[in-house]
Amino acid sequence: MKARTRAATVLLAPFFTLFTAVLVVPIGYAVWLSLFTEKQSGLGFGGSETVFSGLDNYLAALGDRAFLDGFGVLLAYCLLYIPLLLAGALALALLLDSALARARRFFQLALFLPHAVPGIIAALIWVYLYTPQLSPVVRAMESGGIGFDFFSPSGALPSVVNIALWEWLGYNMVIFYAALQAIDRSVLEAATVDGAGSWRIALSVKLPLIRASLAMVALFTVIGSLQLFTEPLILNKGTGSAVSSTWTPNMYAYSAAFDRNDYGLAAAASVLLALTAALLSFAVTRVTGRRAKTA
Amino acid sequence: MTSRRATHRLLSRAAVNGALLLAVVYMLFPLVWLVTAATKDAGGLLAGDSFSFEGFDLGGNLARLAAHGDGVYFRWYLNSLLYAGGGALACALISVAAGYAFDKYDFPGKEKLFGMVLLGVLVPTTALALPMYLLASEAGIVNTYWAVLVPVLVNPFGVYLARVFSAGYIPDEALEAARIDGAGELRAFWSIGLPMVMPGFVTVFLFQFTAIWNNFFLPLVMLSDQKLFPLSLGLYAWNSNAHAEPGFYPLVVTGSLLAVVPLVVAFVSLQRHWKAGLTAGSVK
Repeated sequence: MKARTRAATVLLAPFFTLFTAVLVVPIGYAVWLSLFTEKQSGLGFGGSETVFSGLDNYLAALGDRAFLDGFGVLLAYCLLYIPLLLAGALALALLLDSALARARRFFQLALFLPHAVPGIIAALIWVYLYTPQLSPVVRAMESGGIGFDFFSPSGALPSVVNIALWEWLGYNMVIFYAALQAIDRSVLEAATVDGAGSWRIALSVKLPLIRASLAMVALFTVIGSLQLFTEPLILNKGTGSAVSSTWTPNMYAYSAAFDRNDYGLAAAASVLLALTAALLSFAVTRVTGRRAKTA
Repeated sequence: MTSRRATHRLLSRAAVNGALLLAVVYMLFPLVWLVTAATKDAGGLLAGDSFSFEGFDLGGNLARLAAHGDGVYFRWYLNSLLYAGGGALACALISVAAGYAFDKYDFPGKEKLFGMVLLGVLVPTTALALPMYLLASEAGIVNTYWAVLVPVLVNPFGVYLARVFSAGYIPDEALEAARIDGAGELRAFWSIGLPMVMPGFVTVFLFQFTAIWNNFFLPLVMLSDQKLFPLSLGLYAWNSNAHAEPGFYPLVVTGSLLAVVPLVVAFVSLQRHWKAGLTAGSVK
């Protein structure tokens, strides 16, 4: 028995050592950092010293219009992106799962393929497709009489949502499709015998049976959305873009740390973002969990 | 009556497959554009319809890509292969060892510990990049290979997957047999458990390889020396130059195309594994 405990320890040690080093310690360090601030001492050229400042960094972040605007952008992004993603992925999975679909393996692979493209490259491709000088799409739209500026204040959000949808739609479709395929076929046959049509079966039989997958995808999508950074960063580099360098809270933290060297403020912003993620994860799990119980 | 039903079925089939095909077009046209655009020089890209092979000059683009900055692009390529290959291999081994231990052994506090691993899945990793950068600079490893390699060795979701795979692929009887034959516990893991759970190992490897190859935030924070850049960061740097210097456009486009190829090949050839990974994640 002792030998087994020893073996378990040896097998778990590498993971938990690293887990502590790159997850637990940085979380603690971020909280610690957020409680301090750099003060210029004396005349300003005597260097700076780090002093304890309690919750000042948090108040500074929460009092900064740019940071709060970032959460506003994030909220608008989530409200547009998450319903589109869930509905789109579900619809595609149900279509693929219907008895009428052909070439399922091909569809699955082709729809999944964008996920193999690195996020930064996906953003680059799309930003080029948004840029009037480079894009055959913008040209085609213009010759069709549709003028749309993807970088304008009203166009930026849909532009980012489109990139994210392109990256994640197929991935989540595969998860839903796998769950649909795992449904016991006799349940579906029973529903058919009872006279339910394919729409009815999809909505009132299949959908409730895969709600665990739905809950999981919703949870991971919320956490991923809060970290929005790469796509808007690339849009920010576009000419005449409405996307500022502090457009999302993550961009705000990055710019506080590396443009302004204000580590305390950056840490406070990161902690606030992580707390939001924790709260939202809790809420999503509760809501989807309760629905699973009552259904 | 029957013919009407047959027509209805035909129409439904056309609608279902038509909708799927439309989605495929949306997914694939940016990739098709990437391929055709990579065959054009800056003038051709800016001139017009890049959805064609007109003015085909892929060879020229590749030559310019290889020549620019003393071939720094292929240096980035090698770096990405090293980060993603080495990192994913080590991560898969670490994850499988931990997942196996969670599955096959009982010890006090096991499920609490596993719960902590699952909580780790939910941590927004970008929020950790800044404190990690400051810790790394105190350890003196900022702007080295280690700064981007060490953090990617941890994947809590990999441990979760490994536990599921270990339960599914390694029967306890096989381990009992090894013990009766006098094999030690670690030996049993290495020569019985690990080979049996290979499909799980490949799945974790594939997902982590992709995650590292695609990783952008961590290298952006950690690295300033161009020679250490992975592809993602290098292409980002080039793109930042492209507005002032349109000559960078073909470099970014051709470089992006080459950067996507290994992942597309991996996903096409390892379909069974990523599907298995996503299924294990969804059915829990």
